[in-house]
Order: sequence, then structure tokens, then C-alpha cells
Amino acid sequence: MHNPLRSEADAFRWVMAIGAGAATVIVLTLLTRPAVGVAWAALLVGFGAGTAYGGLRGALPRSVAATSGRDGKYRILVLANETAAGDALLDQVRIRCGGRDCRILVVTPAPDLGEAAELARQRMELSLIALGELGLKARGEIGAADPNLAIEDALRVFAADEIVVSTHPPPRSRWLESGVVERARERFDLPITHVIDDPAAERAVRR
Amino acid sequence: MESATVALGHAHEEHHGPPEANQSSRMDRQTLGILLFIVSEVMLFGAFFAAYFFLRVVVDPPTWPPEPFELPVAVAGVNTAILVSSSFTVHYALESIRRGNRTGLKLGLVLTWLLGATFLFIQVNEYVHLGFSARDLGFGSIFYSLTGLHGAHVFVGLCLLSFATIRAFRGHFGPEAENHLGVEVPGIYWHFVDIMWIIVFLSVYVL
Repeated sequence: MHNPLRSEADAFRWVMAIGAGAATVIVLTLLTRPAVGVAWAALLVGFGAGTAYGGLRGALPRSVAATSGRDGKYRILVLANETAAGDALLDQVRIRCGGRDCRILVVTPAPDLGEAAELARQRMELSLIALGELGLKARGEIGAADPNLAIEDALRVFAADEIVVSTHPPPRSRWLESGVVERARERFDLPITHVIDDPAAERAVRR
Repeated sequence: MESATVALGHAHEEHHGPPEANQSSRMDRQTLGILLFIVSEVMLFGAFFAAYFFLRVVVDPPTWPPEPFELPVAVAGVNTAILVSSSFTVHYALESIRRGNRTGLKLGLVLTWLLGATFLFIQVNEYVHLGFSARDLGFGSIFYSLTGLHGAHVFVGLCLLSFATIRAFRGHFGPEAENHLGVEVPGIYWHFVDIMWIIVFLSVYVL
């Protein structure tokens, strides 16, 4: 579910849309009769209500204004759940940060409540601890259960320079099965790195 | 993985005091608060609009506004343009701080404040020169109620913008989302005030 009024940018888009609609009503009223303007206004209100309802249901494609911070810091948005503390992901983030002043946001998609949410939170915290041990500045948050929506939500508050998505290998990854990475590449105009991590194999190697 | 989990467990054991407050919403509390407030405001405006349209339908005069009332449509149109412009400037202020541009933030906020104050000044001036008062029939009452209600909201918006502007000049706010909520929240409210005025202008002055 997507709230069409969750940020100033969203509200501004509504002002623009309503302003444009009002301008057409004014022009129609001036050119014809007020009754025509009223009818057109009613049509626009209906269309607007339908659009808002569609937006609430997530039916419309959503764009995200992921703007660069331009403050000299390099921001990486990490999307990971079961592989959040995996070696491959941590290595990749460390490499991508290089010697830069890096800020990392780890987003772990999860449902609102229940054991899955608690496990996601624990994985995220493990990831933050591991990133901290690498000397990287990271914070984390639990995102929407839909990974792409979680990215979108995160980009509203985090001006990422790139996105790193970590998944299990193809046969076992539900995210890959549902095309999370492909949809992210279509939707977000940012470099996206896909890291395949296999914590089970890593554990086997350690043993 | 297991050792890390144990470390996390220790971290929990060392925690003293009440547990952290649970935040089930993915929206920050300030934005959620302003949205709930706006929902209540929409209902308030809805009541006034219902009264306005009820009166208009019940009276059903050959012309609207009914004789002998006349409204300065051109002046209100200019005022509408001024208020809609202020949406652009507050959006500019937000986009500026998202990019770390403090000068743009200050400029945008000051311009927004000036445009809002100009709108309010013109509206008060309009009241002075209208030639009828709130005591003059149902139309006079509902006209002043609706536009006065909106004017009061502009005043509140100006107060919020004043706080944001003062804070901006004191060096508050930063590019990260949680560091400019003090501009984001008044920005959302300001856009709401703009949208309401567009609807008031259309309903009362144009249609």
C-alpha cells in the first residue's frame, strides 16, 4: 500500500495536478458557461479520486526523486534480508566504499509483525555490527515486505548514489524468482549491483 | 553467524531501562502527524463546502453570487497565482536542502513567507473593500466563513514557516531526511493550504 501524500514532493505533485485541473476548469468556464465548468470539474474530481485510490493500492507506477546529497558523502543503499550479514555482501560494500566517506543504509524488508519481522531485525543488526567492524558508517531500518517498495521508501529519505541488492543463489532465492532485481533496475535510475550470497555455503566452508 | 548472534544477545542483556518504543508505521511520526491533521482539516473544510453548496442549491439564484454581491475575481485570481507560486518556492527550499544548498533553503523559505504574507495582505485588503460583511445574508456569512477559514490556515502556515525560516538562518537542517523534517512538515501543510485555496477560488469565485 502506497500513501500518495507521504512527502512534500508528493504533496507538491498534487498541487501541480490540481492547479492544472483548475486552470482547465477556469478556461472552460470563461469560454462556455459555468455549468460546463462544473461538469468538467466533477469529471476531474472523479478522475483524481480514482487516481488517488489507484495510488493507494499501488496500481500506478511510482517515481522516486532520489537526489544526490552533494555533500561529499557516498551513499549506498543495501537491500538484504537473509543474506544481510553475508561475506559477499560485506566485501562488496567495502569495495564499493573504497576510501570514500561512505554512508550506508541497510534496508531489510519484512512484514510489520511476527517472527519474520524479529528475525529480519536481528539480521539487520548483525549486518550493522559487521559493517561497523569494517569501519563503515551504517544504519538500518526495516522496510516494507515488498522489496521494491522498501527500496522506494528508503530512497525518499536516503539520497543513495547506488543500490546493492543481496540475494541467495538463483535456485533458492524467492526475490530472484519474483524478479526483484529486474524490477528495481527498471524502476530506479541508479546503479544497481546484485550480490549473490550463500550463507549456508559460507558456514560449510568455515566448518 | 552464531557468535555474532551471541554478541547481540549480550547487547540486549546489558540494556537497562524501558524497552525502545515500537514504531509500526514506516512513516516518521512527524509526517504521520501532519497527515492525520490534514485529514481532519479536510473534513473541516468539507463541512464548510457542504454549507456553501447547500446554500447555493437551496437559494438557486439566476446569477451567482446573488445580487447585489460582487466579487473581485481578477484580484482573487492574482492572489491565487501568488499562493500557487509559493508552492514552487517551498518545494525549491526542500529540494535545495536535500542537495545541501543552505542558501537555496533560506531563499526558498523567505520567498514562500513573503508570498504567503502578500496573499494574506491582499485578502484582508479585499475584505475591507468588498462592501458587504458576514452579517449580510447567507452568502455574506458563508463567503467570509470559507475564505476566513482558509485565511486562518494561511496564518498558521506562515507561523510554521517563520519557525522553519528562523531555524534555517540559525544553521539547522541538513540533507538527510530526518534532518529537514522541520521544513518537510510545514511544506506538506503549505501545499495543503494551497490546494484548499484553489478549490475555494474555483467554487466561490469562478463557478
